[in-house]
Amino acid sequence: MSSKSITTHAPARYTATAKLLHWILALALIAAIGMGLYMVSLSFSPQRLKLYNWHKWLGVSILALSLLRLGWRLANKPPALPAAMQARMPAWQHKAHHGTHHALYALFFLVPLLGWAYSSAAGFPIVFLGLVPLPDWVPVSPALAETIKPLHQWSAYALAGLIVLHIAAALKHQLIDRDGLLLRMLPERRG
Amino acid sequence: MTLRTLVSSIALAGAALSPAAFAQQKLVPAQSSVGFTIKQMGVPLQGQFKQFDAQVQFDTAKPETSKIQFTVATGSATMGSKETDAEMPKATWFNVASFPQARFESTAVKALGGGKYQVDGKLSIKGQSQNVSVPVTLTQTGATTMAAGTLPIKRLTFKIGEGEWTDTSMVADDVQITFKLALTGVGKI
Repeated sequence: MSSKSITTHAPARYTATAKLLHWILALALIAAIGMGLYMVSLSFSPQRLKLYNWHKWLGVSILALSLLRLGWRLANKPPALPAAMQARMPAWQHKAHHGTHHALYALFFLVPLLGWAYSSAAGFPIVFLGLVPLPDWVPVSPALAETIKPLHQWSAYALAGLIVLHIAAALKHQLIDRDGLLLRMLPERRG
Repeated sequence: MTLRTLVSSIALAGAALSPAAFAQQKLVPAQSSVGFTIKQMGVPLQGQFKQFDAQVQFDTAKPETSKIQFTVATGSATMGSKETDAEMPKATWFNVASFPQARFESTAVKALGGGKYQVDGKLSIKGQSQNVSVPVTLTQTGATTMAAGTLPIKRLTFKIGEGEWTDTSMVADDVQITFKLALTGVGKI
């Protein structure tokens, strides 16, 4: 079922769990970033209040799911790049490949943690789904909030940038290199 | 001396000797606080009123004759966030321009024992009034008497949060008003 342009040795795939977490988190991250960009443009209103809280709930969910994902990844080593592909890849691209993924993982935690800290410092404790109060792990302090705010914002921009880079690289492999690498993250085809 | 004169003299003497129960009872704003707690989509938020005053005539021997009048400058509300503080004076919320003061006037005071009292009265905010009953605990340290209590109210009764903000899933209807009033000149309980 492979087309002429895909390599004879089909790259080993990720586990079903890894794939599920990848796609759920991909959607969640894009939604959270989109909300974050939009909600700050609104003026004081119930709509803005809703969006801010949904954004926080989503961020906390991303944090928890990312922890699960990291745990899974550590216990289930992801497939290595096929030997032929590794040999073909220039050193910089190799570094970019690993570097981007490591940076993404770091930001999966850093961005929501900064957001949580910002909310706490600003005096708005997070109550998940309006029901479960989450602890404040930084003091309530307007000065601290002002310091954390741009950190959350800029790390979120960095995350967005890396996501774009990641998508671009995946498409490069699929459409330009035609090496079937993208298939590793997709559900298996039967037959 | 006639019996009438004797009786008058005794009455006058009695009046002169009775404690000037209400003459010097004063609120000490610096040691007092009036705060409120609201819930915004489940998130508890605190605020306080920076300006308030009280006229208290509390008779420890006969608490039921006591009178309390309490006023709060609605424009002095703060929740620690510049943006929220700028919203509260607006017509949707406190409408400070038309209703600069919230007022409580007691109608009845009952001693419950152990320094506890039940104070009934009329609470007026933003042109709306409601009869309320609030338990107050008095504690005395030296010359200062601390009157503390919590009064739960429903913000919609007083039209606080109108239009799109009447949605109680956004800001809950229940608001807790917590007060701690330091008073001087109150006799021993």
